[in-house]
Amino acid sequence: MALDRLFRRRRTRGGGRDVPELWLKCPACEAQIYKKDLEANLMVCPECGHHLRMSVEQRVAMLADEGSFEQTTGSVKPADPLSFSDTEPYAERLRRYQEKTGRSDAIYGGTCTIGGVPALLLVMDYAFAGGSMGSVVGEELARGAEQAAAQGRAFVTVAASGGARMQESVLSLMQMAKTTMALDRLWEKRLPYVSILTDPTTGGVTASFAALGDVILAEPGALIGFAGPRVIKQTIRQDLPEGFQRSEFLLQHGMLDQVVPRAELRQRLIQVLSLLHPEGAASGA
Amino acid sequence: MALEFEQPIDELEARIRELREYAEEKGVDLSDEIELLENKLERLQKETFSNLSRWQRVQLARAPGRPTTLDVLENVFSDFVELHGDRAVADDPAIVAGLARFEGRSVVVAGHQKGRTTKENIHRNFGMPHPEGYRKAMRMMDLADRFGFPFISLIDTPGAYPGISAEERGQAWVIAQSIQRMGRLRVPALAVILGEGGSGGALAIGVGNRVLIMENAWYSVISPESCAAILWRDAAQAAEAAEALKLTARDLKELGVVDRIVPEPRGGAHRQPQAALAELRRAIAAELEPLLKLSPEELLRDRYRRFREMGAVAQS
Repeated sequence: MALDRLFRRRRTRGGGRDVPELWLKCPACEAQIYKKDLEANLMVCPECGHHLRMSVEQRVAMLADEGSFEQTTGSVKPADPLSFSDTEPYAERLRRYQEKTGRSDAIYGGTCTIGGVPALLLVMDYAFAGGSMGSVVGEELARGAEQAAAQGRAFVTVAASGGARMQESVLSLMQMAKTTMALDRLWEKRLPYVSILTDPTTGGVTASFAALGDVILAEPGALIGFAGPRVIKQTIRQDLPEGFQRSEFLLQHGMLDQVVPRAELRQRLIQVLSLLHPEGAASGA
Repeated sequence: MALEFEQPIDELEARIRELREYAEEKGVDLSDEIELLENKLERLQKETFSNLSRWQRVQLARAPGRPTTLDVLENVFSDFVELHGDRAVADDPAIVAGLARFEGRSVVVAGHQKGRTTKENIHRNFGMPHPEGYRKAMRMMDLADRFGFPFISLIDTPGAYPGISAEERGQAWVIAQSIQRMGRLRVPALAVILGEGGSGGALAIGVGNRVLIMENAWYSVISPESCAAILWRDAAQAAEAAEALKLTARDLKELGVVDRIVPEPRGGAHRQPQAALAELRRAIAAELEPLLKLSPEELLRDRYRRFREMGAVAQS
């Protein structure tokens, strides 16, 4: 502890407070990577190709046409309907996550064009309570699908979530039905829904809207499933097979349409949307 | 097999029985003593069952002898014809389904099935379905739509099965599809939570125009044990987790997640299953009747509105 403090002080004196944050270690190959290089490479390790988590702002910037994005999320914020408290009150946890992310809850997005196709893009923020879906996330998704349907936009979601949020109990569970049913507004208008799954997507998010894309794309190596690996291991008391519940495994089992490296994701999305969206489909654009 | 908090009641009941038998055998009059004990029993029952904690209700929901889906099919419905299989991979015994009659009318029913014995419980995987079970349920929804029959689901599962094969065959995908399929029913849809409403595995067949719940059943995003293991890092804190999750029938009614609580005989449905099933029949009849008058479009709108309004958010 004392030694640790000593090092930190020395480092601060040497190169300024930001020194430790300039470099990141790749969790897969442990290479030290200059953070700016990593960001320029869309948070994909230049050494081994491992896909690290990226911020929701960077995700939007990467997918939306430049200058087209207008945020629609953020007009609702979480309540604490059950006055839930475990080792820490839910209200406290929320405040902490809000301070950390600058967001009211675990979702960010808005209207934009993607390759010229009008779209409504929603991105889940894993940094906020593990991207868990409570009432606010469910409400934003339902509003997003409804708005996309009303305005003739394609609906695109980028999932990153541990599942339904425990602290809102059954109300979180109900968001699975709410978000799923809201997608039917798009069906009625023949508007496309593309679901992009990133690391990790599990539980009630996989088991609702995220599994129902007309087209489902996933990033390489992402953990995707219903139950978490730890729960499965406890239940069956066996080691899990290599690559179990990773994108490539799910592609092999027929659950995804494609596994797409991040660098190609925007182009693939544009291709799919322009084929499915009425404007692109009719004009031959 | 009594639950821990039921034991003093069971012991007192046994003593009264013994006294009665003794009095009869020996031809002695013990009616004063018996009456005294019966009064005591009455007080004890009232005390125990009028102040049940949420965790005690979870235990009642799991009590051996509690009516299962098959008990409901045999007693509340008539002419049950079981239909098997998902037409793709297998038949999942954790969900039973088929055609039946309710008050003279043809209906389609699907529900989770726990075993009534240990052997049967293993066969039925403790009511935890694999993807095949949900695909069978979706087949039933197709059938209900095709013939215009009401669809009634009976929910009693600790959750969808978390295993390797279930993941390989798309457990999350079939749950999502089943929610979507049930939401699209053009016929009246009723969901009844009989015992355990364990998360997505329950909701997959829970998208009713009306949702009913037995008085001692629970419905939650996660079981109290798993919640405690994650948030308290100690599964033994399940009682505390049950309190925090607000998972009882009364909680759910207040949150607007269920429409009607079906009263159970004092001490729980497992003590007097026939009386509990009679109440359930009355409740299903009462909820189904108004739905029969709605058009397919009205039913779809009604169901969407019901679930669209769920949740609690504040304005920024």
